[in-house]
Amino acid sequence: MTSELFLQYIFAGLTYGIIYAIVAIGFNIIYNTTGIINFAQGEFVMLGGMIAISLNPLMPLPLAIVLAVLITMVVGALIEIVFIRWLDKPSVLRLIIITIGISILIREAALHIWGEGVRSLPYFIGNEVSSVSIFGTRISPQVLWVMGVCTIMVILLSLFFRYTLMGQKMQACAANRTAATLCGINTRNMVTLSFMLSAGIGALAGCVMSPITYTEYGGGTGLAIKGFTVAIMGGLGNSMGAVAAGLLLGLLEAFSVSVVPLAFQDAISIAILLIILFVRPQGLFGRSETAGLREF
Amino acid sequence: MKQFLPLAGLAVLLVCVQLLTQWTGTTYYLTQLTMSAYYSVVIIGLCLLMGYAGQISLGHAGFFAIGGYMSAMLTTRNLITFQDQDWMVLLDKIGFLAARQDLYGEAILSFQPWAAAIIAVGLAGVIAFIIGIPVLKLKGHYLAMATLGFGIIVFRVFLASEIFGEADGISEVPGFTLLPGVTVTGSFGARVSNYYIAWTLVVVAMVMLINLINSRVGRALRAIHGAEEAANATGIDTAGYKLKTFVLSAVMAAVAGVFLTHYNGGIGPSEAGVMKSVRYVALVAVGGMANIWGALSMGVILNFLSLRGFFGSYDDAVFGAILIVIMLFAPEGLLRLNLVAKFKKMFSGGSRK
Repeated sequence: MTSELFLQYIFAGLTYGIIYAIVAIGFNIIYNTTGIINFAQGEFVMLGGMIAISLNPLMPLPLAIVLAVLITMVVGALIEIVFIRWLDKPSVLRLIIITIGISILIREAALHIWGEGVRSLPYFIGNEVSSVSIFGTRISPQVLWVMGVCTIMVILLSLFFRYTLMGQKMQACAANRTAATLCGINTRNMVTLSFMLSAGIGALAGCVMSPITYTEYGGGTGLAIKGFTVAIMGGLGNSMGAVAAGLLLGLLEAFSVSVVPLAFQDAISIAILLIILFVRPQGLFGRSETAGLREF
Repeated sequence: MKQFLPLAGLAVLLVCVQLLTQWTGTTYYLTQLTMSAYYSVVIIGLCLLMGYAGQISLGHAGFFAIGGYMSAMLTTRNLITFQDQDWMVLLDKIGFLAARQDLYGEAILSFQPWAAAIIAVGLAGVIAFIIGIPVLKLKGHYLAMATLGFGIIVFRVFLASEIFGEADGISEVPGFTLLPGVTVTGSFGARVSNYYIAWTLVVVAMVMLINLINSRVGRALRAIHGAEEAANATGIDTAGYKLKTFVLSAVMAAVAGVFLTHYNGGIGPSEAGVMKSVRYVALVAVGGMANIWGALSMGVILNFLSLRGFFGSYDDAVFGAILIVIMLFAPEGLLRLNLVAKFKKMFSGGSRK
């Protein structure tokens, strides 16, 4: 393997990896406040991309993206309010089935609105062939956009959870819901907020990745299962773990291209998911003592 | 004996339906009823796993497809070029091979359907056993995701393998002669006999499940569903029972896959798709989870409507909507709406979080 090819793989791996990490963080935000794994997480990414693509001819690109993110956040909030908020102590099985149903409905709605075709946003700078030179290899500027935007998102999110009152309220809700309620926090609103937040970051990731990975109505399922793999690898609920695990999975996938046929690509990350679930359900970085407190 | 009385009613109903279609000249409905019957076998098997043992599986289409695909591949693959090899002679001696001619008169030497079916179902059972050991240690979201992952891997493997016909699947699968004169085939003349073959399979499966549910095993499974730790403490081998139920429901799915593939004369990758698995789960949920009669009736009705094209291009959306509506308003299933309150009390007690 030449060093040029090696660097290309590295960049491809990091690009996909950071996207997986964002999806995983979306899982984590909702899981932390509710204990729900939202099976419709991948659909938020698809929706963000699709809405931005539809809005793009009508307005400048940045505005289209901002609007797409806001609309997806509203969709996220509506999902929580209509389907989840009023349930009285629902069982896990019930929530799993409800979120699966939601993901099917979003996907089918997208199929009827946007059709089966593959679409994409234009490149933010330049076009398919423009490239910048980094470490002696040439990569598309869009790759830098994806990595830049996603990295900033991760940083802003961790600042949000650490330093803002709203973020701290959500953390309190995650740590102990009853105690948070006793402190006067409206935990139900925090749950709605967590759905909005994770819909928003998913949608933004969906927009920046659209020019390179394309957007299609059924794209959410694959992303969701990879995002979940990453969330589990990093330790469910641990966002920094998710970033590390996401980059790791992205790199593994990128380098496996040279060994495994493309058709089996998805099978690889799922196999990794199964192995992690069987061997280290607490994640690569989690401690087994903390895992013992949780049920797998 | 009382629990078998509804089965007699079912048998009478089946004969009536058949006579009615004969009388009104609508025998084409029997085709969809036959296919629905095979899907129902998957659904009642999944009902045992989900409703009684309380373990969700989002990968049952995978087992169905393993049965169907293996059987289709073994009965259509022409092995004539290997016919002088030692292992082929051995297979021939134990009666595993069958020679026939295809449409163009070319000689085909392939596996005999009985042998293919046994291998296919056996393989599904073994895979379920191997997968089941680690998977069934998981709970809740983890179990759902792991079984979903398994389903996707099966789908990918069939879609990407040349031997399984890639995106086209396998076609021209010959009929399956169960007994002399009784053949599972989609040919026009065999419509009525196949209707009865399919429903006989359903009735056999129902008898087996009703027996199981009312036995020590069934009580153990319900105990596991209610409170696994408590069941463990009272000396129930929870892991063993869960695994056996998982394997049994996988085998039932595989048997249905074998029969339906011979009936349709082929199988495609969509049978292994995630949406199929979700659909099976939806049908068990509509039927009322721990209610095999509910699962059977809802499975037949909704599959029949879907196969008749009643839902048009909203087919998947309908099943998604059904899932949500049932889980929001009637988690006990449509047939037991009045028991929702009781169910709520029971379920919230057993759930965590």
